[in-house]
Amino acid sequence: MKEISAIITTRREDVSGGTPVFVAKDEQEMQDIAFLLEKILDGMVHEIAPRILVIVRHK
Amino acid sequence: MLKQLLTNEYVIPLFLGVAFGIINRIYLLRTDYRQYPTYPHGQLIHISLGVIAAGLGAVAVPSFLKEDYTAITFLSLAAQQFRDVRNMERNTLTEIDQMELVPRGKSYIEGIAMVFEGRNYLVIFSSFLTTFATVLFTWKGGIIVGIVTLIVSHLLKSGKTLEHIVDVIPGHVRLEGVNLYVDDIYIMNVGSTAAQDIIAEKGVGYVLIPKNDNAKVTIAHPGQRQAILHDASTILGVYTDQGEPSLTPLVKRDLKTGRLGVFLLPYDKDITKGAKVIEGSTIIESSIRMPQEAKVNQAKGRET
Repeated sequence: MKEISAIITTRREDVSGGTPVFVAKDEQEMQDIAFLLEKILDGMVHEIAPRILVIVRHK
Repeated sequence: MLKQLLTNEYVIPLFLGVAFGIINRIYLLRTDYRQYPTYPHGQLIHISLGVIAAGLGAVAVPSFLKEDYTAITFLSLAAQQFRDVRNMERNTLTEIDQMELVPRGKSYIEGIAMVFEGRNYLVIFSSFLTTFATVLFTWKGGIIVGIVTLIVSHLLKSGKTLEHIVDVIPGHVRLEGVNLYVDDIYIMNVGSTAAQDIIAEKGVGYVLIPKNDNAKVTIAHPGQRQAILHDASTILGVYTDQGEPSLTPLVKRDLKTGRLGVFLLPYDKDITKGAKVIEGSTIIESSIRMPQEAKVNQAKGRET
């Protein structure tokens, strides 16, 4: 089953829930964290809203 | 000793039957760009099984002619044996598939496994017919029939390729923000800017337009689509690695028209070569659908 394994955002107030949330200072840091987490978790980065990225494992 | 052997009336028929069976198996055992069966051991396994199949087909004839009908029942044993070949191939390929950058997919594997089983039966038939013909018309007849079976094998060898059912047209890969399109067909959401840059640089797109309604349903089959990706990635290379899920070649369907958008990340960016590769990918046997053959779709059955 597909699952959101992490959320990376600069919009702290807009996300919550049981998934790990990584708060970034700016968009560059958000992309850097997403890049690393993509490799670590082997999940794909999707942008579901401006400045909210999620990592989803598809396989 | 040799003289004694040659006095047996069935020595020459059996020899010819087995020989043509084995030639048939070797002829059908082509290791092309797929490199499957693998060389040398994969091939060794299949040649050995081919020898067994040839022997079974050939000895069925003397058992028939000597009215030893119980001996014929071993052919059922042969069927069992070669069904196991299919199982063996399926298991091996499924195991290997987990380690592929772009997997073949279950349908492709099933297709390959079926081919291996089917070819062993072809070998049995060709041995049987060659031996029978040799008994009836001496060795000359045997050789003629043997060559005919080789020609039949040649005709049955390759299935149809995609170019029979679709037109492959180069498409334009574009990113609208995070959304990736091939022409107007939506492919996926790429959130990582690093991946977006690579896709903009390396991505190549094609649009597959089905030639008729049968083709539309056939290419919609996910197994068929995975097979296209696997074939294309094998031949053209694929710009991805483990832990790079954003760099995944993908095929998506345009629901309105039934066209397919193919997104590839090849090392070889030659557009015409890529189109040829897609045209040359096999149509998976189990994905073929013929809705036009249905009674409701026949012209005379249609109520206007």
